[in-house]
Amino acid sequence: MAMKSPFSPLLPVAEPGVGTVLAVSVQADDFDVAALQRGLLAGAHAEGAVACFTGYVRAANAGQAVSVMELEHYPGMTERSIRGILEQASARWQLLAASVVHRVGRLQAGDQIVWVGVASAHREAAFSACEFIMDFLKNEAPFWKKELGPRGAHWVEARAQDRARAARWDDDKPV
Amino acid sequence: MLTVLFFARIREELDCPGLELPWGETVADLDLLQARLYTRGGARWQEVLGASNVIRAVNQAVVTGNVGLRDGDEIAFFPPVTGG
Repeated sequence: MAMKSPFSPLLPVAEPGVGTVLAVSVQADDFDVAALQRGLLAGAHAEGAVACFTGYVRAANAGQAVSVMELEHYPGMTERSIRGILEQASARWQLLAASVVHRVGRLQAGDQIVWVGVASAHREAAFSACEFIMDFLKNEAPFWKKELGPRGAHWVEARAQDRARAARWDDDKPV
Repeated sequence: MLTVLFFARIREELDCPGLELPWGETVADLDLLQARLYTRGGARWQEVLGASNVIRAVNQAVVTGNVGLRDGDEIAFFPPVTGG
């Protein structure tokens, strides 16, 4: 059920899990986190809390310098997979809006690569859902990183610790 | 017709982004399709597609185990994902 808010009584409030505003963008272009956060707030009617995560291309990975990264994805399945993760998050927590922006193509060390933003009436749900979305995105969304450095090019290997981070949500109760 | 797609390291190792196969009883499920690809591609394809960590998706959803295929399905083979 929609909750009453002392901050914007005239604006409709999204019903948890039903009216949650979900958005996914897979794009080559860079993004502006301030603009994305403003957009998220607009979708959430500026309620309560927003938690955001931004990931950047590492300058070094597993002890090797990285100068350029190429990100491949599976068009269609990528968007579908991320949307499924956002739907799981919005079924689990009371969210007003949740968005993911993920870049593909050629990126440089230090470039922004992924942004996750979650709006909720309360910070616990916003923090938890943001982390949940990132953990599942890393394990389920069909992206593949290829790193190019002074020692040549190689595909990044999936890490067991990323699988473990997603698996720990299995036992958790919804917040 | 079945559309078969390969991504990332698998695409590079097969030197093939994908192919189309006429649908029929010989490719009526995922394991049959994979055997057909081995026949078509040879030992290298068997080695690459048969690796234990290869993920298979049908119509853009990951599947575990064998599943039936229908005319028009889109099948993908890819390595463990590394986005984020």
